[in-house]
This record gives sequence, structure tokens and C-alpha cells, in this order.
Amino acid sequence: MKILQLRRVERRFASASGSTLALRATNLDVAENDFITILGPSGCGKSTLLRIVAGLDSPSAGEVLLDNQRINGPGADRGMVFQSYTLFPWLNVLDNVCFGLRERGMALAEQHETARGFIRKVGLRGFEKHYPKQLSGGMQQRTALARALANEPRMLLMDEPFGALDHQTRELMQELLLGIWEAERKTVLFVTHDIDEAVFMGSRVVVMSARPGRILLDRKVDLPHPRHYAIKTSPAFIALKAELTEAVRGEVLAAQRASEGLGGPESSTDEVNSSSFDEGPATEPQQRR
Amino acid sequence: MKPLKAVEPWLRVCLGVAFFVLFVAVWSAVTFSGWVPKIFLADPLQMLRSGWVLLTEMDFGHDIAMTLWRVVGGFLLATLLALPLGVLMGAYKPVEAFFEPFVSFARYLPASAFIPLLILWVGIGEAQKLAVIFIGSFFQLVLMIAVAVGNTRRDLVEAAYTLGVSDTNLIRRVLIPGSAPEIAEILRMVLGWAWTYVIVAELIGASSGIGHMITDSQALLATDQIIFGIIVIGLIGLVSDLLFKWANRRCFPWAQLSR
Repeated sequence: MKILQLRRVERRFASASGSTLALRATNLDVAENDFITILGPSGCGKSTLLRIVAGLDSPSAGEVLLDNQRINGPGADRGMVFQSYTLFPWLNVLDNVCFGLRERGMALAEQHETARGFIRKVGLRGFEKHYPKQLSGGMQQRTALARALANEPRMLLMDEPFGALDHQTRELMQELLLGIWEAERKTVLFVTHDIDEAVFMGSRVVVMSARPGRILLDRKVDLPHPRHYAIKTSPAFIALKAELTEAVRGEVLAAQRASEGLGGPESSTDEVNSSSFDEGPATEPQQRR
Repeated sequence: MKPLKAVEPWLRVCLGVAFFVLFVAVWSAVTFSGWVPKIFLADPLQMLRSGWVLLTEMDFGHDIAMTLWRVVGGFLLATLLALPLGVLMGAYKPVEAFFEPFVSFARYLPASAFIPLLILWVGIGEAQKLAVIFIGSFFQLVLMIAVAVGNTRRDLVEAAYTLGVSDTNLIRRVLIPGSAPEIAEILRMVLGWAWTYVIVAELIGASSGIGHMITDSQALLATDQIIFGIIVIGLIGLVSDLLFKWANRRCFPWAQLSR
């Protein structure tokens, strides 16, 4: 059953030299319980795509349907976890997780009960009274995940949520999120530039082209669940990773050629926070031509 | 000494006190030695003696109370009106576009220059003193509060929207709490400025207050009393500043954690 449909979604940004096409007419159908990871080089418009689904950005053309209803703005039905740390610094962990529940007018006792449940799920029991500044980056992102989940959204949107974390923490976070997904079967759209992450987490991997972004490859991941981290060394995993590495590499090179040809990129407006494309330290080193 | 290296707390206090000691020492040296005539600058002991006389025999306590009430009254009035307007301007850009140019202009109007006009309009009573403080602090407050609210982190605003927050609740639950520590700092700073206006207001057409005592003393060439008055103002300013800082730390512990 389709939960989300993107119909010829396009995004142009106004720039000094007229307008830049960031996202080319894109179609994408998301089924209930899909875990879709979106891969692509920096500035390919993958974050823009996610922000349009969240309603934080509007498409220049086309439309996004959630349960056959057109999206016109952000809402509690699409929870989001950002790459930057977006916990409210004036609220402790418990009150951060309660933020959306309070907005719905839920009774305080019920808010706390629900929030504590999700805080336990992300392994932060005992940290309810801590303020965000007192938490590590990984703990802050776990709280952000609990905050998004507690709101019981139809979909979970994640914009490189583990991008700022160190490699070891990131792998633990992947397992945590995957475990939660396997238990709750949420529908997830997950943007990343880490191929390992995309294959390990996703039930479908979508590869986007260099700017202007479009969907280049839409690949089902046939690895069994529950997935254990050791699966990252299995032949099936490695084969799929090799295939995706080829696809992404071609696009990174294309993006580099395009920016060199233009004498520098026209400031990638869509990916302010993302670092330059890299596959993460776990992948085999690529040969540079 | 290394640049930007923190100093031990005890040493910090010692250094701070040391300068006060040095200051009084230099003051004593130039006055007791007779190098500066008494008529220009009273010595510290003389200053303390006449301060005692002022407090015990000339009801200087009443003057201090009057000045305090004027500063606090005028400042509270300005704050009560500046807070809602500043928050609205910070949150809604059309409101900001409407008021901002005028407020930017008005904040450069010197409050003390309004005194003759204010005397004409509201007389030489308390209303005039409050009005000077109000004019001096209101426009500054509005502008700085609007900037503080407008600078709320955009990613926090976006996160709140994806959690289903409504526009009015965004102001109540994100913009205001997020900028509250900065607003408290703004209040602390502008209160300091209000102190400078009140004395000016009391120099003209007042029958009480620290500023009034200073004008009276000028006629008698009583530099000891003038200096005592100035030091009292400084001490009150210092105490109110410390109280403000303490209250801010108590109210916004989360904002201090990073410092």
C-alpha cells in the first residue's frame, strides 16, 4: 500500500545568474513499512527532496501526496530527525520528548508515560532530567529519535541523522534504529552519503544523480531481517555495496566535472550542513584516476 | 600569562579587589599630601564623614529611595511595553518592517534633551522623571529584544514545526524560551543605562533624589558629598547587576551549561 507519492516534484532556487535547478522532476512511491535510504553526492538535492516531503520547503512544480492528501506544509504526521542537533536546549530530555505530545493536548501523566517508554527504547533511561548540553552527540540524536517517534508520525524522515557522529557511535546508532524499525515497522525515508549505512539500514536504496538531482537507481535490498552488524561482511552485502559504489562514483565524478567546468559550484543551497562526499572509513579505498 | 587562558577563581577576586585598593590609595595619596586642594577633591575620610552626616542628619536615605523608585518604575514601565512589542517584531517580519525604522531613529534621540519638553508637558513631578527613564530605555529595549527573538535558531523552529507546533505556540514555546536568557541580559544592560538617565533627570527640577543632592552640594562646593553620592550610585548599580546575573543563572541554568 502506498503511503507517500512524489509526482514530478521539481525544485528551482533563485540565484544570481537566474535560477538553479536543484531537483529534476522526480517520481517516487513509498509503500507502508518501507525503509528507503537515499544516496547521492553532495548537492544532488537529496536533502531538498526530504525537506519537501517534510513540508519545510515547497516544490517549484509537482506535488507530494501523503495518504493521497497533498502536502502543503510541515505537520506532526511526518516526524523528522535532522543532521544538526535540534533538541530544545531549555528543555530536559523528558520535556523534549514530550514536546509534540503536549502540543496535542495530552494529559501530563500520559505524556510522561509515553515519553519514558521511548526514552527507554533509545537506551537513555536515567537521563530524563539531563539537558541537551550535558549529552554527547549520539545521546542527543537518540533523544531526537525518541522525540520524533513519541509523536507517532505516519512517516519518519531522517536527514543524515548520524552524519556528525564518529564512526563507532554511528554504527551503534544504525543498529539501534534498525532494531526499532524491525520492532515497530515504521515507514522511513533516510538520507545519507554513507553507502554502508544505506545498504545496512534500507529495504530499498535510491541513488540520486549529480545536480540537477533525479533518481538514477532504485534497488531493493534483499537481506534478511533481523540484520546483525556482521552482515556487513557477507557476500550479498558486499556485492550490493560494490554495485552502488559504481553508481554513486559515476555521479560524484560527474558532479566534480560539472563544478570544475563552471569554475566552482554555485553554492549548494540545499546541503548547507553536509560535508563533502565520502563513503565512510569502512569502505574499501577507491582508486583515483 | 597566556592569551585567553582562564584565571583561578580566588585570584580573580584578589585581582578585582586589588584595583579598588590601588584606586583608593592613589586618591588618598593625592589628597592627604595636599597635592590636590580640598576644594577640588575631598579626601576619602572626609568623604566618608560627610556621607555619614548625609545619611544620619540630612535624610539622604530618602533621596536614595526616591532615585531607586524612579529608576525601577521607569524601567519596569519600559520593559512591560517593550517586551510584547519586541517579541512581535522579532516574530513577524511585517510588524518589524513597520516599527523598526522609527524605533531605530528614536533610540538615538537623547533622553536628556527631552527634559525641557517633558517639564512643559508633564511638569516637574515624578511623571517627568519616569518619562525620561522610559524614553531612554524603551526604544533600546524594543530593538534589542526584537533582534534576540529574530535570531532564534532556524533549525529549532523547523524541528518544532515537524513536531506539529502551531504558529502561536511556536512563539510561546520556542521563540520566547529560546531567547529568554538573551533578553534577561539585555534587561540587565539597559537597566545600567537607566541609572545614567535618572541622575540627569534629577539635576533639573527635582526636590529629592541623589541627583538633587549632587546639585545642592555643587552650590556649596561640597566635593565630599558629591563623591559620596556618585559612589552610592556606583554601589547600587553594582549590586543590581550582581542580583540580575544571579537571577539569570538561577532562571536559565541550561544557558550557562556551555559557558
